[in-house]
Amino acid sequence: MMPIVTISCTVFSLDRIRPLIMLLMLIPIASHAEHWDIKQLMHDLAQVQSSHAFFVEKKSIAMLTAPLESSGELIYTAPNHLEKRTIKPKPESMILDHDDLIIELDTQQYSPTGNQHSSQKYHLQLQNYPEIAVFIESIRGTLAGDLTALQQNYQISLVGNINSWTLSLIPSNYKMQAIVECIDISGTNDKIQRIKISQTDGDSSLMLIEQQ
Amino acid sequence: MNTVMQTMIKKGRLAIVLWLIFIIGCGIIISRSEFTTDLSAFLPRNPTPAQQLLLEQIHDGLASRLILVGIEGADPVTHAALSKQIAQALRTNSAFVSVNNGEPVTADQDQAYLFNNRYLLSPAVTPERFSVEGLHSAISNSIDLLASPAGLMVKSLLPRDPTGEMVQLLGQFNSGSRPQMVDNTWVSRDGLRALLLLQTKASGDNTDAQQAAMSAIQHAFDNADSRTPATKLLMTGPGVFSVTARDTIKSQVSRLALISIVLIASLLLLVCRSFSALLLGFLPVISGALAGIAAVSLGFGSVHGITLGFGTALIGEAVDYSIYLFVQSEQNDTNDQQNWSKRFWPTIRLGVLTSIFGFSSLLLSGFPGLAQLGLYSIAGLIVAATVTRFVLPHLLPSNFRIHDVSTIGLTLSSLVQHATKLRWPTVLLLVVACVILIQHRADIWNDKISSLSPVSQAEVDLDTSLRADMGAPDVRYLVVASGASQESVLQISEQVAIQLQTLVDKGVLAGFESPSRYLPSTAMQNARQASLPDTTILMARLAQATQDLPVNAELFKPFLEDIAEAGSQALLQAVDIEQTSMAMAVDALLIQRKNHWTALLPLTAPEGTEIDTRQVRTLFNTANLSGVLFVDMKAESDNLYSGYLNEAILLSLGGLIAIIGLLLWIFRSPMHVLRIITPLAAAVITTTAGLAILGQQLTILHLVGLLLVVAVGSNYALFFNRTDNLLLPRTLASMLFANLTTVAGFGVLAFADVSVLQAMGVTVAPGVILALIYSAIFARKSHV
Repeated sequence: MMPIVTISCTVFSLDRIRPLIMLLMLIPIASHAEHWDIKQLMHDLAQVQSSHAFFVEKKSIAMLTAPLESSGELIYTAPNHLEKRTIKPKPESMILDHDDLIIELDTQQYSPTGNQHSSQKYHLQLQNYPEIAVFIESIRGTLAGDLTALQQNYQISLVGNINSWTLSLIPSNYKMQAIVECIDISGTNDKIQRIKISQTDGDSSLMLIEQQ
Repeated sequence: MNTVMQTMIKKGRLAIVLWLIFIIGCGIIISRSEFTTDLSAFLPRNPTPAQQLLLEQIHDGLASRLILVGIEGADPVTHAALSKQIAQALRTNSAFVSVNNGEPVTADQDQAYLFNNRYLLSPAVTPERFSVEGLHSAISNSIDLLASPAGLMVKSLLPRDPTGEMVQLLGQFNSGSRPQMVDNTWVSRDGLRALLLLQTKASGDNTDAQQAAMSAIQHAFDNADSRTPATKLLMTGPGVFSVTARDTIKSQVSRLALISIVLIASLLLLVCRSFSALLLGFLPVISGALAGIAAVSLGFGSVHGITLGFGTALIGEAVDYSIYLFVQSEQNDTNDQQNWSKRFWPTIRLGVLTSIFGFSSLLLSGFPGLAQLGLYSIAGLIVAATVTRFVLPHLLPSNFRIHDVSTIGLTLSSLVQHATKLRWPTVLLLVVACVILIQHRADIWNDKISSLSPVSQAEVDLDTSLRADMGAPDVRYLVVASGASQESVLQISEQVAIQLQTLVDKGVLAGFESPSRYLPSTAMQNARQASLPDTTILMARLAQATQDLPVNAELFKPFLEDIAEAGSQALLQAVDIEQTSMAMAVDALLIQRKNHWTALLPLTAPEGTEIDTRQVRTLFNTANLSGVLFVDMKAESDNLYSGYLNEAILLSLGGLIAIIGLLLWIFRSPMHVLRIITPLAAAVITTTAGLAILGQQLTILHLVGLLLVVAVGSNYALFFNRTDNLLLPRTLASMLFANLTTVAGFGVLAFADVSVLQAMGVTVAPGVILALIYSAIFARKSHV
């Protein structure tokens, strides 16, 4: 696709180069044995019924003096169930089931007799928290290969090929644009390998995923 | 002779004047009477504390003031638009305290209240929380949350609220389940219905105000721009129920009264062939009805619609007395009337007395509704009989003559003579009836309180469905704190909340509500304020606490400012909460009755299971909290009704014993009394067995109906068993006509939509027919 950009910058008039553009646009398709585009990618992703993976996540938050690193496992069951179980540095979990998001954090309560650990549960209905949904829906939608749902909420662009693709999602709602700049999801074939979230305020997170 | 006539006329004038004065008096009382249609008349007079709570909740608890609204019939987007338009129209209406449809209209005020007062509201605020170690754990929890998927929500809060009090508060308040959303408005789970939840200003038992509120909702719906012919408005809730119940009872009672009167009038015309007889025949009835209503109004302060409905049926019995007079004293001279009062009046008087004895037991009922029926019957029957005896004869024109019924009487006579042949088949029938009753003994009584409800099954189903959509379960379990002041009940609530929290931690409860959550007691607010350290100390502790955390203490400058401010802020009062959606909760959970305060803490069961009430009770027993009561509302209402039913059964038996006692005292012959009682008992047994076969479970009103069968039937049995063996054909004819009018009056009730009226109709109509037939069958052989 890159050549298109180069050519459009030359002195040729648009009319004359149109056949050429058409021709060049065919190149990526022709180079593959079969037709591969976002629809095909989504179709492939939608075939995955369940998956289990390990992740390492690094979050950079401006307020904090050091990035936060965590690791754990991801469990996905098509099309609406996603679990993120953090093991290090502290056990915590996030379970998404349809519209319900349950976040369970290990909290410590100080008392003079010694710290007490307990888990704090937050139960959210995503519909009530669009700011959280904008992150989670991008991942769930991609895992489920749900192009319609993704197109409802994001402007989507795809670069790369079947072996190494990156899906860039930009929220279409301006309110969400104030929070999220871009979500880049990269992978190979029907496997997601990397999720990078860039927030408008400069905070970001990078999750590397290794499929089992 | 002339002087005798003159005294008679004088006496007659006096009787008529007294009667007119009496009627006018009744009219005045009735015009000032209050008429009710709610179920309160069927709730106890002297409730236990738990029942008292139940009653208060039914009358004007929060639940009683809720109206659930559903909009359906079109597409979800249209529903959402309609929901918003209706809500907007109603929010300006002062009849509604709150109008919720999921739109975040009060969200800003709510958040501001919680955030600005978080150090007075958060249960986590203790001196330990602000020690170095306490700050360390609280801030590190906040950092964990910041890194979680929910981190975005708390990012902006961290500098001002590093200990996470706001998160703590939001976690508490959002524990309940919420309906789904479409376009920012609530919808049912299947998405086919938009939902609104409204709270009226007026209490649920203020039926007029509830009706006005319903009209306002209907009006808002009718005038909404997005309304299409396909869209439908649904409403439910206790207030809606009382309005529809009142409408149903009103229309039913007036319709039934009209039908009864027309039927009975036609019968009277058919028998007497005289309009003056018809008009005169109704005089005792009307007098009795007026006296009944006036007596109930004086005795109870208000008259229940059901009592009126019952009253229309009683017309059928009261008219009997006129029929007895007209038919039995057939000749048109005064001698015969005197003759009637000598020969027949004692029997009728005894019939009236047995009825009164039967109904007097109802007066003792602890439930005003039942006692009202008793008083109405007694007053009505006494007056109807008295007017028949002392007023009506004087009003009969001298040439008064009714149609000759002797042919009917003679036919009846020959029938009656053969009736005794049916004794053995009847005994067989009774044995069968007894077997049926024994077979059905387990499920013969309906012990659900809903069996008394004038609300139809369709309306109950709609209510259940809207409630399920709303995710609003019935409030079943409540902890109730009582005290002399708002402060004291709030303090008790706080102690109870600590105990309940241990049950939440154990998983026995999913959660609970408490007014002290939204409005802590002054003592608690003072204690929380005292936990806040002053700025310099806090600064030093923060620096120490954040040493090994990935955060700079400088970030928390706004926190220092907020704590300094919170340390000296004015304590929260009820008025501070008014502009928030929490006002509704506090209003519902914190109740003032004169000098007595009550705080309610509703409990939520873990999803899919029931609350283990044993654990709750054990906890409260060991915690030794005074002024605290644990109430299971459903168990209370069921207990209430089964107590009610048992009481009614005992009272009916008492009434029966009273009747037998009266008859024994009059006749002094057990055999004679047995002969009178046998047909009545047989009628009761056969009727009950018939109802059992038809699958009608008996309620209290069936029982009242059976009592009425005994009362009415006693007249027949007494006539058939007169000691002078004098059963003239025309007496027989009068009994048949009396029976037909009673059947007409009560038979109409059998077609009522209001279950309590229907119950009485299906019992009395067949019961009195059987009582007449059985009286003939079991009568002594030697008469006529």
